[in-house]
Amino acid sequence: MGKEVSIIDYGMSNLLSISRAFEHVGATVHIIEKPEEVRNADYLVLPGVGAFPDGMKELEARNLVGPIQEYAASGRPLMGVCLGMQMLLTRGFEYIETNGLGLIKGEVLPLPRDMKGFKVPNINWHRTYDPGKGNWKDSIFRETENGACFYFVHSYYAKPDHEEDVLATSQFGDLVFAAAVKRNNVSGTQFHPEKSGDAGLELLKNFMDT
Amino acid sequence: MSPKRLIARLDIKGNRLVKGIHLEGWRFLPKHPNEYCYEYYQHGIDEIIYMDAVASLYNRDSIKEIIRKTTENVFIPITVGGGIRSVENAYEILRSGADKVAICSQAVKTPGIISEVAGKFGNQCMVLSIQAKKNVEGRYEVWYDVARERTEMNVIEWAVKGEELGAGEILLTSVDAEGMEKGMDLELISRVSEAVSIPVIASGGLARPEDFVKAVASGADAVAVAKALHYGKVNIEDIKNKAAENGISTR
Repeated sequence: MGKEVSIIDYGMSNLLSISRAFEHVGATVHIIEKPEEVRNADYLVLPGVGAFPDGMKELEARNLVGPIQEYAASGRPLMGVCLGMQMLLTRGFEYIETNGLGLIKGEVLPLPRDMKGFKVPNINWHRTYDPGKGNWKDSIFRETENGACFYFVHSYYAKPDHEEDVLATSQFGDLVFAAAVKRNNVSGTQFHPEKSGDAGLELLKNFMDT
Repeated sequence: MSPKRLIARLDIKGNRLVKGIHLEGWRFLPKHPNEYCYEYYQHGIDEIIYMDAVASLYNRDSIKEIIRKTTENVFIPITVGGGIRSVENAYEILRSGADKVAICSQAVKTPGIISEVAGKFGNQCMVLSIQAKKNVEGRYEVWYDVARERTEMNVIEWAVKGEELGAGEILLTSVDAEGMEKGMDLELISRVSEAVSIPVIASGGLARPEDFVKAVASGADAVAVAKALHYGKVNIEDIKNKAAENGISTR
C-alpha cells in the first residue's frame, strides 16, 4: 500500500491526469470534497484550472477554506498545482480582487502582454531554476536538475512578498516569475507536474516522500 | 524567444491510427494509436494531438478509450479534436483525460461555441482548429468537415475572430501541404501568426527537421508532425537537435 494522497475535488479541474500521475509513482489516491476529509488527509493536493475568483468561490461553497488552512497549520504536506498554487497566496487580481487562502503572503498578477515573442496564455515548456535561497535541496525539487523543463498553462502568476518563498523561477520575456513557491510544509507549482513527463513525476514522488 | 513545442498529431479512425493526403484517402498504420503515442512520449515529444478523423461516422467511445489509456502512461498534454459539437461533448472528452479540445466544424457553424467552451473550461482549453486551403486567387479560405466543405471565410479574419471569441490557441492545418511531405505552408503560418496574439500550432507538411526551424522562423509557437513521424522518416531527437543548432529552445 502506497502513501495516501488526497486530492481535493471542487469542480475546477480534470482530476484524472493528476490522479494517474500520483498512482504511477506509487500513491493510493483519494478524491475528496468534504471538510472532514481535508482535516484527516496525510498528503493534501489542491489542483485546479480556471479563474481565481471561481476557484475560491467553489472552495467556500464546500466549506473547505477553513479546513485547508487548519490542515496547513498542522504541518502536514500540502501542495497546490496551477490555480491551486495561486490560491495559496493572499490575494488574486483575476477579473476582480479576491482573497486567497493566505498561506503564503503575496499576490497573483496578470502576465505582461508586452513581452515580444511571449504570448498569453503562456502555454509552454519552460526551464525552471533554483533561485539559490537554499530551500531547493530541501524541497520537492531536491532531485531536480537546475534548468529542468516543466509544462505551464497560465495567464497569471504568483508574486510572493518574501523572496525566500520563491522555490523555483522561470522566465517569461524579461519577467522572472515564481514557477514554484514554498513556505514550510506548503508548496505549490505554477506548472503541471502531472503533464511534465519524468521531471514532473519525480516531483510528485518527492512530495509523497516529504 | 520563447521555447517552441513539437507536437505529435495522430489522426484516428475508429481505434486505428490513419494518415491521408489533404485530409482524405486514409491509410491505416499497423500499430495501435496508444503504442505510437507512448513511443513518442518516451522520445521526448512535448504534446499529443488526437484528431478523430471520422467522428461523425463512428462511435465516440473508441476515441475516449484511447484518451483514457493514454493517461495511464503518457504524462504530457493531450489535445483532442474531431466531432465536438457542444459544451457537453467537450466535457466528455476532457473528463476522459484530454487537457484541451480542438474545435473546427462546429465553430464555423456556430462561432458562439468558442466562447461557451472557453467560458466553461478556460481559454487555455479551447483550441480553434482551422483547416486552410488556398483558392485560385491565392486567398486562404476556411474549410471544414475534414476539408470536405468549403466556406468563403478568410482564414486570417477567422483566426482573429476566434481569438476575440476566446480561443486560447490556434491549430492551423494547411490542407494543401498536409500529407505531401514537401514542407509546410510558411506564408500561411506567418500571416496567421502575425494577425493573432495567441499561440499558433502549425500543422501539415513537416517532412524534415529543417521544416520545424522554418515554421518557427515564420512565427509558429508549436509545430505538429504526423505522417513523417508515423512512417519513421523523421525522428523527434533530430528535429530538436536541428532546432538547437538554429538557436531555438525546446524542452
